[in-house]
Amino acid sequence: MKVLYFASLREQVGMESEQLAIPDGVADIGGLRAWLAARGGDWSEAFDASRAMMCAVNQVMVKPDAAIAETDEVAFFPPVTGG
Amino acid sequence: MLIKVQQEDFQPDAVIADLCEGRTDVGAVVSFVGLVREIGGDKPIRSMTLEHYPGMTEKALQAIVEEAQQRWTLQDIAVIHRIGELRPADRIVLVVVASAHRGDAFHACEFIMDYLKTRAPFWKKEVTADGEHWVEARDSDDQAAGRWTGDE
Repeated sequence: MKVLYFASLREQVGMESEQLAIPDGVADIGGLRAWLAARGGDWSEAFDASRAMMCAVNQVMVKPDAAIAETDEVAFFPPVTGG
Repeated sequence: MLIKVQQEDFQPDAVIADLCEGRTDVGAVVSFVGLVREIGGDKPIRSMTLEHYPGMTEKALQAIVEEAQQRWTLQDIAVIHRIGELRPADRIVLVVVASAHRGDAFHACEFIMDYLKTRAPFWKKEVTADGEHWVEARDSDDQAAGRWTGDE
């Protein structure tokens, strides 16, 4: 699974992307988000449940209950500000 | 249909002309241009950088345009969004909608912009005398997009 981070989120965690195997017990985006928060430090702040965040799986915006698979491309980012 | 994400500037008149080229059935063309404003917050901005999610950006714009086509009767649409570093007064985004009638064209253009602002993966970073900061999403944009839910 490829996980991408954009904009202020990328700056806060200091990482653009990473390859990740789906962690044990994680079945969906919400679970992955909580797992990332559990890394501690900047990750726990950036992925805190109180932070507004959007997510995409295979380049389509999804809700936290979206399932994830090992071959997916997952992305986390702040609310968008284009236009 | 034209959907482009690019660094280069665009010329609205040329895009409109291309859209209508060779057609005699277009009755209404509505266009929107979004520009970089110098004053939005406390300090004037010196530059604005637009980041995006390559691959998803084009898909998201395509989905928005397709939804507009489902909701209204449209003949053609063009959406161009710039990325990279921009300065005050620069053009950021263009939406052009061609239809037989103005009602559909006006509504579709507004819809596309409202959805673009809340669903297309772009992020703006501004540079002022105080340094760099990321623009925050606005509730008013969410509310504007929310207006279209449930509309036929």
